[in-house]
Amino acid sequence: MNALKLIVRNALRHRLRSALTVAGLLVAVLAYGLLQTVVDAWYAGAAASSNARLVTRNSISLVFALPLSYEARIRGVDGVAAVARSNWFGGIYQESKNFFPQFAVSDNYLDLYPEFTLPDEQRAAFLRDRKGALVGRQLADRFGFKVGDVLPLRGTIFPGTWEFIVRGILDAADETKVTNLMLFRWDYLNETMRKSAPGRANQVGVYVLGISNPDNAAAVSLAVDAVFKNSLAETLTETEQAFQLGFVAMSNQIIAAIRIVSYVVILIIMAVMANTMAMSARERTAEYATLKALGFGPGFLAALIFGESLTLCILGGGLGIALTAPAAAGFKSLAGGIFPIFAVSTDTLAAQGACALAVGVLAAIVPAVRAARVRVVDGLRAVG
Amino acid sequence: MNEPLPAADTLVALRRISKSYHRGDQVIQVLTDISFDIARGEFLALMGPSGSGKSTLLNLIAGIDRPDAGELLVAGTDIVQLGEAGLADWRAGHVGFIFQFYNLMPVLTAYENVELPLALTSLPRSERRAHAEAALELVGLSDRMSHYPSELSGGQQQRVAIARAFITDPVLIVADEPTGDLDRHSASEVLELLRRLAADAGKTIIMVTHDRKAAESAHAIMHLEKGELSAREHLQAQT
Amino acid sequence: MIPLNYVARNLWKRRLTTTLTAGGLALVVFVFATVLMLDAGLKRTLMTTGEYDNVVVIRKGSGTEIQSSISRVQANIVEMNAAVALGADGLPRAAKETVVLISLNRSGSQQASNVVIRGTSPAGLQLRPQVKMIAGRLFRPGSAEIIVGSNIAGGYDGTRIGERLRFAQREWTIVGTFDAGASGFDSEVWGDADQLMQSFRRINYSAMVLKLADSELFERFKSDIDADPRFAGEVKREQVFYSDQSKALSSFLSILGLTLTAIFSIGATIGAMITMYASVSNRVAEIGTLRALGFRSRSVLAAFVLEALLLGLVGGVMGLAGASAMQLVSFSTTNFQTFSDLSFHFLLTPAIAVQTLLFSLLMGLLGGFLPAVRAARLNIVDALRAA
Repeated sequence: MNALKLIVRNALRHRLRSALTVAGLLVAVLAYGLLQTVVDAWYAGAAASSNARLVTRNSISLVFALPLSYEARIRGVDGVAAVARSNWFGGIYQESKNFFPQFAVSDNYLDLYPEFTLPDEQRAAFLRDRKGALVGRQLADRFGFKVGDVLPLRGTIFPGTWEFIVRGILDAADETKVTNLMLFRWDYLNETMRKSAPGRANQVGVYVLGISNPDNAAAVSLAVDAVFKNSLAETLTETEQAFQLGFVAMSNQIIAAIRIVSYVVILIIMAVMANTMAMSARERTAEYATLKALGFGPGFLAALIFGESLTLCILGGGLGIALTAPAAAGFKSLAGGIFPIFAVSTDTLAAQGACALAVGVLAAIVPAVRAARVRVVDGLRAVG
Repeated sequence: MNEPLPAADTLVALRRISKSYHRGDQVIQVLTDISFDIARGEFLALMGPSGSGKSTLLNLIAGIDRPDAGELLVAGTDIVQLGEAGLADWRAGHVGFIFQFYNLMPVLTAYENVELPLALTSLPRSERRAHAEAALELVGLSDRMSHYPSELSGGQQQRVAIARAFITDPVLIVADEPTGDLDRHSASEVLELLRRLAADAGKTIIMVTHDRKAAESAHAIMHLEKGELSAREHLQAQT
Repeated sequence: MIPLNYVARNLWKRRLTTTLTAGGLALVVFVFATVLMLDAGLKRTLMTTGEYDNVVVIRKGSGTEIQSSISRVQANIVEMNAAVALGADGLPRAAKETVVLISLNRSGSQQASNVVIRGTSPAGLQLRPQVKMIAGRLFRPGSAEIIVGSNIAGGYDGTRIGERLRFAQREWTIVGTFDAGASGFDSEVWGDADQLMQSFRRINYSAMVLKLADSELFERFKSDIDADPRFAGEVKREQVFYSDQSKALSSFLSILGLTLTAIFSIGATIGAMITMYASVSNRVAEIGTLRALGFRSRSVLAAFVLEALLLGLVGGVMGLAGASAMQLVSFSTTNFQTFSDLSFHFLLTPAIAVQTLLFSLLMGLLGGFLPAVRAARLNIVDALRAA
């Protein structure tokens, strides 16, 4: 007997029920995939960071700056090859929902970021213009910025209206790097502060350090912090990756909740699937009894049920997986600047597949056991 | 041809009743131009081979199906003229049903099954209880009131169904193969109940059956073959 | 018309199916209720922080107290405004505060979090009657003593009474715990403003909080400060100030939660629909019998809709019970607007309970409606033939 034929025909018997079940699985697998992708996107910054760079910040909080005078002393530490400055600007472009990161950086900043590429003449133009700005490719595409455009920003941390001129477009070596950002010149920020709010001049948000040997990261970090221990602004130096992960950790309870919830949706659909299989199996008691009378063993019956359950799950799960990438693209265009990198990883796809299979198997266990135990007598009695 | 006028004690009168079914593209004519009368208090058995249309005829008389043409008068009302809602109300007050497989609600007890048709009336609870208990007493199942159908034998379930059939005091009781699923002993109990319903309570009973022996409990037998009704075969009067 | 016990007992008869379907509904209800409860807890924390009559003044454009800076001269200008209430001693009811962040470890974790420490004065304490000491005592002005809010005490390393925290190159002793009525202050540490400013080497205050002589004077006071050329100040009512600070977090959590719930509800409703279709198809003969007995098709519709609603109700009660247990849990996250930790609880209000049950009933209704229509439309003869 062709078990596969029986399985497929059985699945098609109750077309409406099968269609609903497949739809439910589709929604569940899709939701799971999107949620995991949201969590991945949160970690995207950390994933894209380098081990050959360290970040030195005020040990208490990123909200507090470090004095400019620290720069020379950091450069003097063994193992530090280069030191750049970076201040988070936090300005608003037209309206706050157009959010993108803006940094005021020292002129040697790009030297520390070889993964960004910039044509030489654009770099030269940027360094010549004190109001010059560089925008990443993703940002340029999003708002249509071109070289020569004026980019006005409304300052919040640094109040006032600021105008910059786009002098170059940054490209990244690969897709996983975030180019949703804008860079302008630290000197321009500082000289403006010296004039308008002298108390806030000569302050650096973070120092970015290039180290000669990535294996020494931990030792160099400790060495830098030791220089400033017991001073008023103590420092905390860590690899760029640890720094990015620190941001993620701020929302770690939210992320944990999202992870839990993504499994809850799988549980929901498992309940639905188990229910469907149990109902189908119960309705077919007579048929199972007949098959047994004909000589088919409990293993065959179990295979029928598992087969049907898995067929539905593979179909629903497969559709859900196929729709995940387009759905992610749609979500990304809605979410705008929050998640510049929003890509479905192969791990997520594999997990989706695994969940669909798990649901298929687990939902069929109880009905399969029951069917295997059906007595021929029960079945024949039910036949009118 | 002039239709004979229904006699004064006629309960059911069929005039030129026709019914056909559609099976895919095919049209199957089951009944053509059937006309006959059933007297009040008559216990009539309908027999015929499979597919002869006897169940269809029963369904039409009971008001759960509509003829394509003709008149169907029950106690003076042409039920063909009634709409869906009207027909439902009519059935509630005029017809009791007995089915081959009892058709009891599995989740209700014997008592609750018998009481069920009274939910369509406006009787207060105490009266409903009185009627239901009396009905169960009559069929001899007072001691099984709280049992569920799954806890009763086939014959007991059918007796519960009979109690349900007459609880609203309908003029007409239709029974489709009432003994088809019962052993001989239970079958004769059920048939005895039906006889008493006709003789003592004056109920008009129409019973469809395969079983000649069961048919002999009735007052008369009619045969239906290829859509044609034979003449009545009167049996010895039963007391 | 069709008796209720018929409807209810059919759910009980197919217990496994009923449990699985109701379980799926319950999970969705749980998520829905929890999201609403989180939002309610957050709002309670934010909107009840501070007094309506109090006013907070910070430097324009700074957004939060932490990033704001007010010089002594500017503080005097604000204090001297006629709209500020005067105390029994004739002095303005105004407090000059310094607000800083310190790093503390959440208990049992290596993760350092930023916690707000507020340097205030007896005047500042008086302006916040919602703050009450629940253990220990107030810090002595001029000393290195501090008190911690109820969400901090015990929740972070070294925050019990008698323990010491080290920051700004000094040791500070915890002498008391306060309760601020589940508001944002419960997540703060308070100490003497002058001592803290000295240790953090600050000459400027962060913000001022004051009471107006008359609540109606708010607009005038606000335009006075706004227009003053010596001082670019921003004025807000205290409660509005704090609730604005967490608008982004609040709406983010709400949107996230409700989107998730919407997606889940589709899955659960599909589950309910599958169950109800099966319920109908298993009882075709019963439905035919009921119709034969004289029950109208709309009674059949009502009976199955009622069955679906009951299913929704069971799921709703289960989910609500689970969500109610979440009230014992507290949730702590970093507010990305202020960069500091904010703790809040899940709050179950009667309104949320009602909304949750209605949502659950709705899912049951949506799932059960089409199957009920199918049941009502069955042809009597065909249905009876299925027996």
